[in-house]
Amino acid sequence: MAELLLEVFSEDIPARMQVKAADDLRRLVTAALAEAGLDHEGARAFATPRRLALSVSGLPAYQPDRREEKRGPRVGANAKAVKGFLDSLGPGMSLEDCEIREDKKGPRYIAILNRPGRPSPELIAEIVPAIIARFPWPKSMRWGAGDFRWVRPLRSILCVFDGETVPFEVAGLKSGHTTQGHRFMAPKTIGVSRLDDYEPALKAANVMLDHDERAQAIGNGARNLAFAQGLELIEDDDLIAENAGLVEWPVTLAGRFDEAFLALPPEVIVTALKAHQKCFALHDRKRSCRFGGAAALANSYILVADIEAEDGGRRIVAGNNRVIAARLADARFFFDSDRKRPLADMAKALETVRFHQKLGSMADKTNRVAALAGGIAELIDADREKAISAAKLAKADLVSGMVGEFPELQGVMGRYYALEQGIDEQICDAMAEHYRPQGVYDALPTSRIAKAVAMADKLDTLIGFWAIEETPTGSRDPYALRRAAIGIIRIIVDGGLRLHLGALIAQHQTRFAPELARDGLACDRLACDRLARNLLSFFAERLKAYLRDKGARHDLVDAVLAADRHDDPVSILRKVEALDAFLKTDDGLNLLAGVKRAGNILRIEEKKHGAIHNDMPDRSLFAEEPEIALGAAMDHVAIQSGAAIAKEEFHAGLASIATLRKAIDRFFDAVMVNVDDEAIRINRLRLLNRIREVTVAIADFAKIEG
Amino acid sequence: MAVTESAVESNNALSPRRSFQGMIFTLQQYWARQGCVIVQPYDMEMGAGTFHPATALRALGPKPWRAAYVQPSRRPGDGRYGENPNRLQHFYQFQVILKPSPDDMQKLYLESLRIIGIDTANHDIRFVEDDWESPTLGAWGLGWEVWCDGMEITQFTYFQQVGGFDCRPVCGELTYGMERLAMYIQGVDNVYALNFNGRDGAERISYGDLFVQAEREYSRFNFDSADTGVLFRHFEDAERQCAALVQAGCGDDGRHLMALPAYDQCIRASHLFNLLDARAALSVTDRQSYILRVRELAKACAGAWLKTQGGGVDHG
Repeated sequence: MAELLLEVFSEDIPARMQVKAADDLRRLVTAALAEAGLDHEGARAFATPRRLALSVSGLPAYQPDRREEKRGPRVGANAKAVKGFLDSLGPGMSLEDCEIREDKKGPRYIAILNRPGRPSPELIAEIVPAIIARFPWPKSMRWGAGDFRWVRPLRSILCVFDGETVPFEVAGLKSGHTTQGHRFMAPKTIGVSRLDDYEPALKAANVMLDHDERAQAIGNGARNLAFAQGLELIEDDDLIAENAGLVEWPVTLAGRFDEAFLALPPEVIVTALKAHQKCFALHDRKRSCRFGGAAALANSYILVADIEAEDGGRRIVAGNNRVIAARLADARFFFDSDRKRPLADMAKALETVRFHQKLGSMADKTNRVAALAGGIAELIDADREKAISAAKLAKADLVSGMVGEFPELQGVMGRYYALEQGIDEQICDAMAEHYRPQGVYDALPTSRIAKAVAMADKLDTLIGFWAIEETPTGSRDPYALRRAAIGIIRIIVDGGLRLHLGALIAQHQTRFAPELARDGLACDRLACDRLARNLLSFFAERLKAYLRDKGARHDLVDAVLAADRHDDPVSILRKVEALDAFLKTDDGLNLLAGVKRAGNILRIEEKKHGAIHNDMPDRSLFAEEPEIALGAAMDHVAIQSGAAIAKEEFHAGLASIATLRKAIDRFFDAVMVNVDDEAIRINRLRLLNRIREVTVAIADFAKIEG
Repeated sequence: MAVTESAVESNNALSPRRSFQGMIFTLQQYWARQGCVIVQPYDMEMGAGTFHPATALRALGPKPWRAAYVQPSRRPGDGRYGENPNRLQHFYQFQVILKPSPDDMQKLYLESLRIIGIDTANHDIRFVEDDWESPTLGAWGLGWEVWCDGMEITQFTYFQQVGGFDCRPVCGELTYGMERLAMYIQGVDNVYALNFNGRDGAERISYGDLFVQAEREYSRFNFDSADTGVLFRHFEDAERQCAALVQAGCGDDGRHLMALPAYDQCIRASHLFNLLDARAALSVTDRQSYILRVRELAKACAGAWLKTQGGGVDHG
């Protein structure tokens, strides 16, 4: 069994693309090998900033022999047809090499081709260049005078099978068995023939091949350096991973900045270190934080270099210290100048900031959101006035110098500036938290005030983009509208908040009238209704995905949504839960069968006769005892379950419906629905329809599986 | 080569470690040795060295081309009245353009850093992903910002398109931020403290001696005093003139006869746009539409250029 070792060496690959690229390489090459009949035992892929590498082990030296059959012309076909067939099989083939088999049209020539397995290297020399030529990079480029595309210019290819170079050419480069070490520390050529040589040879040449190993080295190095100073690393896996994609030989170093910068809010320092310089911030447990919170920052940081410098990193640290001092000085300048400006002034300046060409300025948005937030606050028992105040100031920091420089600090800065200007703390916190949640895993706003503003902001965005018909399509969602909808759903469901989205949408749409009128867009009743319907079904889709992620049965979610106005996520969630519990009981399963049977009969009849039987059945037409019994039971259950469902006691409602089970079973056992007497037939269909009606208050049972 | 290397180490006033001008000379000599023609700065106001026809136009068409030059660059909005140690409305870029991009372009670049005094055994040089785009030029490319000890010192780009046309062959562009690089090499924290001529005492000329007055005066002009009515008018004149020249220059044989003068008007329009922007005379929507208007000019000029000799009409 042999090993294939492949390395594609290029100029520096963007950090964020490396891990996926290594995985793609492994996936594509192993799939193509398997396709050619070359099975393997193991495969490992690696990526560094300058190379993608792959080792596939346990490969055979040859492809297995293959027997192929090819259908030829019928026996007795003209000579030209026979010759054409034989020529197509390759040189030296005659009719002797064919079998004659009977099919429907008579005897026919079948050529039997015993294709001996080709040597694996030959196949690899075809497979690898083809994969490199159409590799799925998110963005690729041309270079020099060629037309070949790779993520950055390709510089060399190493391809070795069982210790021997597999010769081929890609982008004008001949494959070989050599690579190079670290760009600065060990730039010499290295010859290799297998992974067991390659990995240690690279390590000796200051290249750590494995991304995870580099990430670990960075994490450990950073923690140790922090510990040595009596400090604590602020863990950040994303930052570690990004750094692991920027270096082949990670060297962690500790730098410092002037203590005076600690007067800046910790988020500002952490962001300046991370966003621009990709450095780690540290906590100092011995210090107290002037901004509250558990731990203060230290005036040290950790940087990751890609070289073991001859001077031990002294100059690298000095250089980084200077850059970071300049960054922090910039930040301090913004912090000081921003604080000289009242937030109300900044909020006023939002008039000059566009939200969207067709949806007015950020000031317009702020006014709409404030009105909506006030309305929502009342519905969820939050302080209305505080919610309005928070909404009015929530976007003000967008015009601050600090947020201009560090957009990721939006909200956070507004809170600091507001606190300093003596604004109520709850309002300040709501300003910071109204952007939450930013995704499926992000924290939710904590206070009810913050929830009101957060939902109002997102709902305003959604309604606006629906009004101008810029809704998400496929993978295109430039305004992150899906995230906004999921955010609203998470806030509602998590807090058990009772809101009727439909009513909120209807009410809030009118606030867009001035902006829409400017573009000649209608905001009439018809357009509003259509928008509400479309947006609610968008919410329903998001809710479905959300509940599925939480492990809910998708058919139950579908069944509940099919019978609901999609308006109240909490009620939908409770119905799904009640239904799920109910269907775990025998009563539930039996009832389901009965209801489905009733539904099927109705559907067939409705289709056949084009009539809908939703009138009440006429008691005087009931002829048989089980029918009378079911009618009576229905009357009782309709009242009882209706009352329970109205109180949202869905378990009780379903339990009440379940008492129909016996009466339904008896009805189906003893009563024919399709009788000749038209009046009786229709009356029975109306009775069945009542069963469907009582259940539809919770779900469309027809959509439930089983 | 020997001359330059000893210059790095010596106390020579023209050592790139001692003087801004020495750094320029050293880079010019180095790139001249790599076969670049050392052209001079373009005689118009522009936001970046990329706008120089030696890059923006010569990047297009099939003819090989190697050039290097210093380009004074004007970004009116970045002025700080001479009070910020890092921000300037007028600064120098050193631009290198290699078409087709050579296989050893990264190596050539790293060598240029060594030659101006960056010791790559003791500094941390990194190539960090950066997708470059110039919306006004209709140009984009892939490459990196090059970091030295955490500071961005160069933009390194493989041009894919200029003026909406594919670059074939691809040309590689290096843009050195000269002030930053010099501050780093000379070890100063304030741009105005840079030693420009490398001399000491009374003979010393600093960057501040040369430019701080200009920074103050132009910041006043850019932010406060530029007459926006005039700027708007000039923009429209440049735009009209550019379009007219593109039209008028179309020869009977399919060649273009006035691509370069047309392109001058595009450069002019672009700078006027930057001035209007600095004066906050453009709303967000306006801004976008002005960018598009300049891009249309750039595209038309690029199309015209491709019909000239420089653009490769007679190239076999």
